[in-house]
Amino acid sequence: MDLFADYPAGAAWDEMVDGQQARGPYRQVHQVLTAMSIGDVRVRADSLARSYVRQGVTFDVAGEERPFPIDVVPRVIGTDEWAQVAPGVSQRVRALEAFLADVYGPQRAIDDGVVPRSVVVSSTHFHRAACGIDLANGVRVHVAGIDIVRDAAGGWRVLEDNVRVPSGVSYVLSNRQAMTQSFPELFAALRIAPVADYPRRLLAALQAAAPSGVDDPTVVVLTPGVGNSAYFEHTLLARLMGVELVEGPDLFCAAGRVWMRTTQGRRRVDVVYRRVDDDFLDPVVFRQDSLLGCPGLMTCARQGTVTVANAVGNGVADDKLVYTYVPDLIRYYLGEEPILANVDTWRLEEPDGLAEVLDRLGELVVKPVDGSGGKGIVVGPFATRAQLDALRARLLDDPRGWIAQPVVQLSTVPTLVAEGLRPRHVDLRPFAVNAGDQVHVLPGGLTRVALPEGELVVNSSQGGGSKDTWVLGDFWVGESRSAEPVAQAVGPREVASEHAVPIAANPHDGSTMVMQQQQQQQGECEEEPC
Amino acid sequence: MLSRIAESLFWIGRYVERADDTARMLDVHVQMLLEDPWQEEDLACRSLLSVMDRPAPEPPTPAGRRYVLTTLAYDSQSPSSIAGSLSAARENARRAREIISSELWEALNATWNALAGQVAGVRPHDFFVWVRERAAVVSGLVDSTVSRDDAWQFLVLGRSMERADMTARLLTTRALAGPNGPSWITFLRSCGAHEAFLRTYRGTASDERAAGFLLLDRLFPRSIVHALGQAEECLTGLEPVTDRASLDDARRHLGLTRTSLEYRPLSAVLDDLPSQMEQVQRACAAASEAIRGRYFPSGSPARWQGEAL
Repeated sequence: MDLFADYPAGAAWDEMVDGQQARGPYRQVHQVLTAMSIGDVRVRADSLARSYVRQGVTFDVAGEERPFPIDVVPRVIGTDEWAQVAPGVSQRVRALEAFLADVYGPQRAIDDGVVPRSVVVSSTHFHRAACGIDLANGVRVHVAGIDIVRDAAGGWRVLEDNVRVPSGVSYVLSNRQAMTQSFPELFAALRIAPVADYPRRLLAALQAAAPSGVDDPTVVVLTPGVGNSAYFEHTLLARLMGVELVEGPDLFCAAGRVWMRTTQGRRRVDVVYRRVDDDFLDPVVFRQDSLLGCPGLMTCARQGTVTVANAVGNGVADDKLVYTYVPDLIRYYLGEEPILANVDTWRLEEPDGLAEVLDRLGELVVKPVDGSGGKGIVVGPFATRAQLDALRARLLDDPRGWIAQPVVQLSTVPTLVAEGLRPRHVDLRPFAVNAGDQVHVLPGGLTRVALPEGELVVNSSQGGGSKDTWVLGDFWVGESRSAEPVAQAVGPREVASEHAVPIAANPHDGSTMVMQQQQQQQGECEEEPC
Repeated sequence: MLSRIAESLFWIGRYVERADDTARMLDVHVQMLLEDPWQEEDLACRSLLSVMDRPAPEPPTPAGRRYVLTTLAYDSQSPSSIAGSLSAARENARRAREIISSELWEALNATWNALAGQVAGVRPHDFFVWVRERAAVVSGLVDSTVSRDDAWQFLVLGRSMERADMTARLLTTRALAGPNGPSWITFLRSCGAHEAFLRTYRGTASDERAAGFLLLDRLFPRSIVHALGQAEECLTGLEPVTDRASLDDARRHLGLTRTSLEYRPLSAVLDDLPSQMEQVQRACAAASEAIRGRYFPSGSPARWQGEAL
């Protein structure tokens, strides 16, 4: 039976199916899936899951290691769609970068009234310790993950920014590797933009951020340790960049520099790509009970002998209340119109906003401003009476701590669940690497999918899955590969027969004469048992 | 040790390594054909067959992926295919059973027993993974259960010489593939050398360095220079220097090739890669002959002529 025969038309915008037809970018994927039976699809899904268990691609949920769920149906983004997303993401990163440089420097935007001072200084992630730190190449957001969604009309909107320690890129890399093994025919039929050079670009960006005067900078990845939910990602990045993965106690500060303990004695560290939150980074400045950081790191950063990436204090830029000002910040700093729109958001600090939100609480989504990973989100239509009452009290108590948004009907993509292929809501986190001179957006990104029916929160810590995200690059086909005659002239050649070296074998192998005689001998023995 | 047993050990080392390396080479080849539909499948397959010195079908008949897999992976008769070399390794182990450890014999025998199911049942990639794993089991048992006497020397000698020979063939396929061929990174991956390479060069990787890594790295066990050096050590272990003025033939062949790679500028080797790699293969073949002459004199196969009256 056709896999899509009983595919229900959901309320939301489906990215693959439009009525009975497949939309443009999904045409081949749809064709291949239609030709398969549900059994075939499940076999491939099983092989994907098995390969993840074997590789140890896992995510830690409440202390338990689970294989990271990857769905068998890919998410496809057309060339023209990506041509809107990539510049939009890059624009946003540039604006946030300018905002951070401003906030921790001259604070022009505050003086000019673009952002209220109260919003900035009341952010939990605004750290005075980060003020006045000069960065070698001026970059604070070395890596950014901008969460975007498609609304009911198929248009792209930014849901939130992540410029502290965005995670998930390892799943982009491993999803791609697993999918090439499982769907070779699709990779053969489509030109899919590769993602494998991400570690190289990241390393280049980190090296570019090294303190000036260091010509061969030592980069390390700082992890909280094996207990961290994203530990798999930390090891993968360190492995693919060929750099050391260090834990806090591996580092120490001496003589105004950061060092790591090695068997060869101490070794200088120039760039710390840290995957540890600000609060735990340096017990001298932040939480004094932190065992994950390196005492004195901030002092070294201030002296300019080490670069911390992403920079300390970036959280002020991905505060969800600051988010509401980002379109204005783009106009203010860059003089450009935002390419990607925000989701409409109520600021609860404004009395009118708070009143309206309290009135319509049952139909809105309310989020804490400093949360991540989907923690603390209340989706009005799915909340109970009691939950809403509790929420109302909290909003009145701390309006700065929350924002409210209308329920966005996230787009859906067919996803394999127990009943077969069903529409499930997805978002997208493209990753951007800022090397100083250029913001590179990784083609694709992490597509997260909410597996329960109708669920709108897609975070993996909330039981979400993922999809490999393919950005099509049709243009590539027409251009460089069209020069067939050239390609043939330099295509694979053969070794001339006089230069081919035979592959030897043991001359005694398979000498049939001997074998026959041995068998004969054996036969004779059996005839005369003694 | 009996010459016959020593010869079997030498060939167990060679056959198992051959299966391992061929699996690695074919994995790259098949993956490349899948991922890149613009590759000329026929040309690429002919190129690979010629590197392995196997006949390709006459031109009108295409030499596709299937033909390559049949010839180099699944043919259980030919000692240059994976299935064939695994069978041959098991045959040789049967002849040397009283010398090798039971665990080693069982690993080889179990591999042979499972071979038919693996050949019939699974996708090529899974088959290659399985072959690599079996080879790793065998090699681990050689390291952990065989005393470091002559038996071990012969096993490792065979393995090292085969490794040098096959890595040379692997590099030849890259050199012949032209600019559209798979990247050097793919080759590093197939040799399990990618991470080691990244750690060595810290991301500042170039094609030249990647090729140099597989050719010349002194620490990575799959590089040609390392494998040749290991083979020389085994030969030294088998026969400490007695004649102080000259070396035996096998060591001369291997050492000459190793040093000519080591002391030549890398760019000179890379400019002329196919013929340099041919030198390596020829040296291995010559050394193999020399070892046979020195250690495995079988005499001419005795043939009963009958008494002429």
